[in-house]
Amino acid sequence: MTNIDQYKVHQEPFYQAQGDEIALYEAAYAARLPVMLKGPTGCGKSRFVEYMAWKLDKPLITVACNEDMTASDLVGRYLLDANGTRWLDGPLTTAARIGAICYLDEIVEARQDTTVVIHPLTDHRRTLPLDKKGELLEAHPDFQMVISYNPGYQSLLKDLKQSTKQRFTAFDFDYPAPAIEAEILGKETGIEAGLSAQLVKIGGAARNLKGHGLDEGISTRLLVYAATLIKGGVEPRAACRMALVRPITDDADIRDTLDHAIDAVFG
Amino acid sequence: MTTATTPSELEDYWEQLDCGFPRVKPVFADCMREALATLSGQGVEAYISNARFLGKMGRGAEPILIFLEEWPTVASRLGEEALPAIMECIRRMTKSPNGNAITPFLQSLPVTARRLQSPQQLRDYLDIVLDFMERTTGSIHGIHQTFPSPGLPEFFKKIPLLLGQLSLEGLKNWVEYGVRYYNDHPDRQIDYFSLQSADSRAVLQRERHGTLLVDNERRLDMYLRGLWHDEGQLIPYSGAFDELRKPIPYYDKLGIRLPDMYDDFIRPSPAGGREGERLPAGEIVVSGLDRYRAVLAHIAGHRRWTTAIFADNFAPFQRMAVEFLEDSRVEYLAMRVYPGLRRIFMALHPTPAEDACDPELESGVRHRLTMLSRAILDSRHPYKNPHVVEFAQRFHMLMQQGDMSTPEIAELAVSFVAKARRQSDQLAKMHFKDTVVDYRDDNRQMWKFIEEGDEEEAFDEPRKVEPGEKITGLPPRHYHEWDYNSQSYRPDWVSVYESLHPSGNAAGIDRLLAKHGALAKRLKKMLDLLKPQDKVRIRYQEDGSELDLDVALRSLIDYQSGATPDPRINMSHKTSGRNIAVLLLLDLSESLNEKAAGCDQTILELSQEAVSLLAWAIEKLGDPFAIAGFHSNTRHDVRYLHIKGYSERWDDQIKGRLAAMEASYSTRMGAAMRHAAHYLEKQQADKKLMLILTDGEPSDIDSKDGRLLIEDARQAVKELDRQGIYTYCINLDHKADEYVADIFGKQYTIIDRVAQLPEELPTLFLSLTK
Ligand SMILES: Nc1ncnc2c1ncn2[C@@H]1O[C@H](COP(=O)(O)OP(=O)(O)O)[C@@H](O)[C@H]1O
Ligand SMILES: [Mg+2]
Repeated sequence: MTNIDQYKVHQEPFYQAQGDEIALYEAAYAARLPVMLKGPTGCGKSRFVEYMAWKLDKPLITVACNEDMTASDLVGRYLLDANGTRWLDGPLTTAARIGAICYLDEIVEARQDTTVVIHPLTDHRRTLPLDKKGELLEAHPDFQMVISYNPGYQSLLKDLKQSTKQRFTAFDFDYPAPAIEAEILGKETGIEAGLSAQLVKIGGAARNLKGHGLDEGISTRLLVYAATLIKGGVEPRAACRMALVRPITDDADIRDTLDHAIDAVFG
Repeated sequence: MTTATTPSELEDYWEQLDCGFPRVKPVFADCMREALATLSGQGVEAYISNARFLGKMGRGAEPILIFLEEWPTVASRLGEEALPAIMECIRRMTKSPNGNAITPFLQSLPVTARRLQSPQQLRDYLDIVLDFMERTTGSIHGIHQTFPSPGLPEFFKKIPLLLGQLSLEGLKNWVEYGVRYYNDHPDRQIDYFSLQSADSRAVLQRERHGTLLVDNERRLDMYLRGLWHDEGQLIPYSGAFDELRKPIPYYDKLGIRLPDMYDDFIRPSPAGGREGERLPAGEIVVSGLDRYRAVLAHIAGHRRWTTAIFADNFAPFQRMAVEFLEDSRVEYLAMRVYPGLRRIFMALHPTPAEDACDPELESGVRHRLTMLSRAILDSRHPYKNPHVVEFAQRFHMLMQQGDMSTPEIAELAVSFVAKARRQSDQLAKMHFKDTVVDYRDDNRQMWKFIEEGDEEEAFDEPRKVEPGEKITGLPPRHYHEWDYNSQSYRPDWVSVYESLHPSGNAAGIDRLLAKHGALAKRLKKMLDLLKPQDKVRIRYQEDGSELDLDVALRSLIDYQSGATPDPRINMSHKTSGRNIAVLLLLDLSESLNEKAAGCDQTILELSQEAVSLLAWAIEKLGDPFAIAGFHSNTRHDVRYLHIKGYSERWDDQIKGRLAAMEASYSTRMGAAMRHAAHYLEKQQADKKLMLILTDGEPSDIDSKDGRLLIEDARQAVKELDRQGIYTYCINLDHKADEYVADIFGKQYTIIDRVAQLPEELPTLFLSLTK
């Protein structure tokens, strides 16, 4: 039998609320409504789900979606066994069986024919047909479907189908307001407040350039990285160039502008 | 091409134009369409009437043609209101013996417009031109106004290069040198202005310095956006024309005006001299780019923190003081956001010597305010003046209590003026040395006036674009052309018009394909050989389409013997390999109508057959594939005929277009290749192949130098290579040996027996892409 405990979040994750999202999520969970978290990468979506799983004391199964993922990677497959073959549940199936929150991270990365397998789990049926196995799985009453998705990369090929979107309640996430973001950096890495504020300012400069040469600004995650490096003794400017600027752009003008922003902020 | 402009409207314009040159008629409709789309109603009228004037000058078709083609683009960059000044310049040329400069002048306009960017800069530029013309016309040995300026036409040809490297001030100095030293030597003047002579280049080098705004617009735009969350049009002005009072940056609703060039700021020499006057070996303290950033930071600061106050309540000195202190305040706040600004401001802000101003002889108001401003910025300032020291302290105290507002600063400023006042402040002569903070704006936005109409007017009005008639035809695209004589590009030299190839009867092409049934069968075999290989088996897959028995057995054994089995027991297949996008470019020039040697078909017919077979074969392979044809009738009229696009299937519509193929005019190959390349470039494929099917060398009726277009095509091949496009020429001219290798290097085949083309072309393609 699957050990539910292994999927539990035992320690309270640090999550800094940006608004009333915690209460709203609790309401959605109470009704077992599927939830979609929209927002740029690294703004705290995954952390939020982790936190909610801990708060609700429910197991959490996370799947990072990618292009090569097939439906059987989600649902399960037969494996060779000493005595022939043996069925192994995929993460989605496991979650539905044990009553976990199943979090499909960056769902647009998966191909559309893969994502349709979640449909029957997200409407009133709450079932999952395991075609190869010949089983129709009824989801556990605690099961909930959560997906995340970054509307920033709008492309014809990478967008959710309307028929998928229409099944979810949605939360709009964005990078936290400067004061909150600075607090997150402080609590996550232990750097002092002045430094957090400086990092957030650099993040802001990059975010202003979104759509003007940058697809995406500097994420909270990258700011956490920079703070971690600085905490570890790296010279702040070098840490910022390495964690904030180089990862997001190859464009010389942007690089130059952000490098300048670093110098301007650190004085 | 179809048009939404009614033929009768077009007819009206044509009549107004009253132009008899046969080369104008064919391009007129397209030019009009672009003009109607970009110019205002008035602008269109001016367009026609000025074109008419150019057509009747007695300078041939060239001026009117260039004007018709280029003006809409130039107008969209500079604004329509630039036209009178340009026409005035041309009139002055016609009235003097300088008619020969008109065509090069017009030709240089698109580039000029791109570099200059504001009507004021254009006017400054035209002033240089006219001054140059007047001083070099007919002055040889005192005979007046008889000889044209020898240097002027050369100058216009070099303008792209010159403006690419010089600010207007630099250009003015460079011209000045040439005019001064070679006014009496026509030949040497030509050498100078065509950049042939050594001193001409040396002066160019000397004048070439600094950071040009045009080259850094994007960075500065990002700076403003990224760091200040602000935006605005950056509009350059030149510092070369106002000798008395250097223009000062400012902003208004149209944009932010900045000097067109900043030198790097060099550490001043100890002897004094604030800017160190371009010391060759001096240490760069602030780069030109950072000087621009300093201005933008200052202006962004005003935009964020300054509120306009009424000027009427203040005396002139009070206003000056308010401006100084408000400047200090916004900089203080800006440095609080970006402490790094301090270094830049500190380096650029002058530090006037305390005793520099003699209160017996000069008014020290500016001097005192500059000292105060420095003292506020720089805690280690050298000043002893008690008022300066006191107010710098008060400023900091007040700022620590809150950000202060513009009115609050005004109060502080007024009390400073009152306290520090001296009798000699009223002296007419103001002490100016070291009192200009050159990254600060002129503060016009700080003031409101109770009396309406006191505001300083902005000098350029926004361009009015009327919602012109709808256009369906594509406007011409302009391409550069390589001039091997000068080893440089002639910018925007060629106009390419693209249109859909007319349609004919698709059945004709099917008949041709049927005729080559046997050949098609042979090709099919070759295709089949190409195809199966492109399936690749991928082993060691955890999840795949088939079980890989070898691996599965091994895993099973491992498992049963107690070892960890490899779960990757499946395999799958992948189509790999062919990832090629192809563009076939067909020469449709007149010579294709000739009979091919050794058979009674024309080259055109054979080409149709060959292309059909090739298209059929590529469709079978599934490579993305496009076909286009081209011909040209001078550089003003290169036609690019769309036959098949990448998204279109090989169907009756395409066959219809192929069936209707006709040949006429000449072969301006480079332009057609450049245009084709911009489509191929957009394809997402590992390999990009441009096949060019031609029966002769590049040529055109307006190009007497046979080498010119060959060299240009060769240059085009090089450009395409840099874009990752592999060009390959299939040449049907048996004399092609003389030039084809010059253009295409080794990437060509000459097909001597043209009758073999239908067979050769697809075979060749297959072997090229195997
Ligand atoms: N609201 C938040 N509270 C706490 N940490 C956060 C918050 N937002 C972002 N972070 C930090 O940013 C990192 C990236 O967030 P994550 O949830 O992985 O982003 P996403 O899932 O949106 O891509 C987290 O590991 C955490 O350090
Ligand atoms: Mg100012």
